[in-house]
Amino acid sequence: MTTNPKKLAKPPEHPLDDLIRTERIPHIWCPGCGIGTVFSSCLSAIKATELPYNQFTMVSGIGCSARGAGYIKLDSFHTTHGRAIPFASGIKMARPDLKVIVFSGDGDLFAIGGNHFIHAARRNMDMTVICVNNLTYGMTGGQVAATTPNMAKSTTTPLGNPDSPFNLPLLAYAAGASYVARWTILQTRDLTTAINEAINHKGFSFIEVLSPCPINYGRRNKEKPIDTMKLYQDHTIIKHGANPAEADIDFGKGVVIGKFIHIDKSTCDDRYTEMHRPCIDD
Amino acid sequence: MAFWRVPLDTQEIQVTLGTVCIIDDRCKGCGYCIEFCPKDILQFSEKFNRKGYHPPIVTKEGECVNCHYCEIICPEFAIFSVESEPAETK
Ligand SMILES: Cc1ncc(C[n+]2csc(CCOP(=O)(O)OP(=O)(O)O)c2C)c(N)n1
Ligand code: SF4
Ligand code: SF4
Ligand code: SF4
Ligand SMILES: [Mg+2]
Repeated sequence: MTTNPKKLAKPPEHPLDDLIRTERIPHIWCPGCGIGTVFSSCLSAIKATELPYNQFTMVSGIGCSARGAGYIKLDSFHTTHGRAIPFASGIKMARPDLKVIVFSGDGDLFAIGGNHFIHAARRNMDMTVICVNNLTYGMTGGQVAATTPNMAKSTTTPLGNPDSPFNLPLLAYAAGASYVARWTILQTRDLTTAINEAINHKGFSFIEVLSPCPINYGRRNKEKPIDTMKLYQDHTIIKHGANPAEADIDFGKGVVIGKFIHIDKSTCDDRYTEMHRPCIDD
Repeated sequence: MAFWRVPLDTQEIQVTLGTVCIIDDRCKGCGYCIEFCPKDILQFSEKFNRKGYHPPIVTKEGECVNCHYCEIICPEFAIFSVESEPAETK
């Protein structure tokens, strides 16, 4: 009998393999892209809730970040561009018992999908929205986004972005979100804790995660992946409870990160149940 | 570890030791684990994986403190640490 010398020994199992569609790994994300770290942190947070996996669902829009829904081994939905939140709202209203997680990019959630975001926040729709903010439209080649910092270069602003970016935590808070936090992929443990807290929080939870896109943002702005990580290390200030109005993204001045808002208020599904499903227990 | 003054309980404190597991063919060579390992015990290896990247190797066997940071920062699910069996430690 001969043995095939090319056949490798079974590689060791990663602790998150039970939540990943391992047959699709390696994923499409570029070397040094931070999306994989945000995704991994999200899986760890799901695990840490100790809830059965069939209590969760993940919804994504379109973009590199939005590929997350395709790699998680749960019921998940890769929807159309910008429509992850309305799709997720539908799931929540039909199945209020589910933990609904939206995992998508800054362009998807705040440019084409911006209006859906503000209205879901206004209604305090019970869901967890994780926004991978890489300051650009990664998937389509690095065009200027609503989150691109002032003067940063992109394919469509070769001389630098003349406009100011959104302050996402302020936007979320002003619209009515009841949990708001911002981390970078470097503070991975804090990020996982935040996602875990957000999943357990009843109400609209928003977590912005700053994440490198070395290929389509970093390259044009002279930032190697490690340089971006050094920015996250040296030019961020952890300030829990900070006023979101002070959370503008300007690495020159220092970017405020931490948990900004965590309040209780009635959710859309609670109010709906009260008004329209009075006999739900029968 | 070097101390300016040795804590009184150094003899009693048990430092957890870890074993690093690397799934070579998942690595894309970003170097984050190498850069941010607090014990500075990872390095790019000479070998290539199936996709042509150099996965990390452990340079100082037995110095991993099982902090899991390489595991949580890795975007590729390519590295993780497990607590060493007491027999393996030191
Ligand atoms: C209706 C529609 N308009 C435009 C596009 C092209 N498009 C695909 S991804 C994308 C932007 C994605 O940016 P972001 O959400 O930040 O994701 P990233 O790739 O940066 O993770 C755009 C404009 C599309 N797919 N559908
Ligand atoms: S293009 Fe940018 S965001 Fe997309 S996978 Fe590559 S590095 Fe990540
Ligand atoms: S577990 Fe911690 S000490 Fe061990 S290799 Fe990973 S980062 Fe380094
Ligand atoms: S962090 Fe992961 S992908 Fe990056 S070099 Fe280390 S093992 Fe490879
Ligand atoms: Mg983006």
